[in-house]
Amino acid sequence: MATAEKSVVLPAVTAKNASAGLPIQLAGKLFKRSIAILLLAAVWEVVPRTGAVEVAFLPPLSEVLQAWWNLLVSGELWNHFEASIIRSLSGFGIALVIAIPLGLLIGWYRGLSELLTPVLELFRNTAALALLPVFTLILGIGETSKITLIVFACSWPILLNTISGVKNVDPLLIKSAKSMGLNSFKLFTKVILPASVPTIFTGVRLAGAGSILVLIAAEMVGAKAGLGYLINYAQFNFQTPEMYAGILTISLIGLLFNHGLVALERKFTAWKPNHNES
Amino acid sequence: MAKISFQHVSKTFKVRSTSGKKDGGEFTALRDIHLDVQQGEFLTIVGPSGCGKSTLLDLLAGLTKPSTGQILIDGRPIAGPALDRGIVFQQYALFPWKTARGNIEFGLEAKGIRGKEKTQRAREFLALVGLSGFEDRYPHELSGGMKQRVAIARSLAYDPDILLMDEPFAALDAQTRETLQSELLRIWEQTKKTIVFITHGIDEAVYLGQRVAVMTSRPGRIKAVIDIPLLGRAQEEDLRSDPEFGRIRHEIWTLLRDEVQRAQAYEIQDSSASSDANSDTKEVM
Repeated sequence: MATAEKSVVLPAVTAKNASAGLPIQLAGKLFKRSIAILLLAAVWEVVPRTGAVEVAFLPPLSEVLQAWWNLLVSGELWNHFEASIIRSLSGFGIALVIAIPLGLLIGWYRGLSELLTPVLELFRNTAALALLPVFTLILGIGETSKITLIVFACSWPILLNTISGVKNVDPLLIKSAKSMGLNSFKLFTKVILPASVPTIFTGVRLAGAGSILVLIAAEMVGAKAGLGYLINYAQFNFQTPEMYAGILTISLIGLLFNHGLVALERKFTAWKPNHNES
Repeated sequence: MAKISFQHVSKTFKVRSTSGKKDGGEFTALRDIHLDVQQGEFLTIVGPSGCGKSTLLDLLAGLTKPSTGQILIDGRPIAGPALDRGIVFQQYALFPWKTARGNIEFGLEAKGIRGKEKTQRAREFLALVGLSGFEDRYPHELSGGMKQRVAIARSLAYDPDILLMDEPFAALDAQTRETLQSELLRIWEQTKKTIVFITHGIDEAVYLGQRVAVMTSRPGRIKAVIDIPLLGRAQEEDLRSDPEFGRIRHEIWTLLRDEVQRAQAYEIQDSSASSDANSDTKEVM
């Protein structure tokens, strides 16, 4: 998953440089970038057919794609996709709304930070999934407990990055702004906030990846719809092609989600010298 | 009446002892600074590293208060930071998310200048520092010298009476530094600002200043104030090879030599006493 994410981040950046070059160069780059994926697909297709692995456990890619297509046409895939994406986006959105303002406050007020740090340390080291039974116990088996879990999981990276973003603003910039007579409020809105945007975004991207991870796990434990449910259900019924189709869909969502966040990040931090480094 | 008047200013800090426990007592950064700066004067302050030059500047900027004594500007004690003083830092302190124009406009907005006048002034001061056409560049797209030009333009644009400069050219290469030095003189003659310029370079201090204040190391005191009788510096082709320049340079060098040795002794003592890396170690040329 992690390597897959990286391979998506890079093309967008280098493709921009390539656009100035010749079409042949472009084709060459495209080839370079897709060759590994194509090779993987080929191996997946061929190996099960040679009998090296049990077809029942790993069906050829074409069968998986066929199953995926059937799920798509029947509308079943859309139902699961919709259920999953609503959960993950609402959890992610709520986390953004809660964690960013809270992080800004904690980062800005030293006293508050000292007061809350021990609690934050405790909670962020508590695996979100360990709390799933708790949420289910209190909030029931429905949507609320799943979304709450996602909110919980997404909040920590955003919160902690926001706090550190605010705390680590270059003191020289603060000094420079203060010397121009800016009051605390102006200093915060005009210097601290814009200066911490890149760090906040790092947290937002981490949360984006986390939201899907936790979602799938939650759906596997107790749900009647969703991609996690689909995967688990298909596995129980020995519908391996459907199971892999579900997994591929999740990878796709992960890629798209991350891609969207990277694009957003680039828009907000256009002034940064290098987008490749994080 | 003097533009700026230091009246027996001292500044002490509470310090933690090097072993990291409790209070290690007090550290006197500045002691009994007594000095007047005239309206429109270009004063340079030169001293060894750790002599409290930057503390002096923070006091002038209103970012800290003197422990004893007072600093008057136009006869009134400094109440805090304000736009009648502009600061130029060694590390530029440009806002990286703002373009060259945006950075200059930041100071103008702080002063409450809006709309057309803001745009107009930003353009005017970019032109003054020779950066017309670079309005929309972000700081990371500019060279060190250009960044410092933007920083100077930013400080001048909101029209302070006094320009405070904290080793502004120390991070630049020799050629860029010389260019900016002569441009600064041109700007000074053009704008008639009072400039207090802190440096650790004797050449720079002599070249730029009408007077050079030489500071001692720990505690920082004014050891001597030297008048520089060199006239029409901005016009002079190669002032640095003038024999008079050499004589004054040597005079200041002699004044500083002992201080530098003492400062270095302190530094060795400090670095062996604590592993706390002092990022600000500079040598006097």
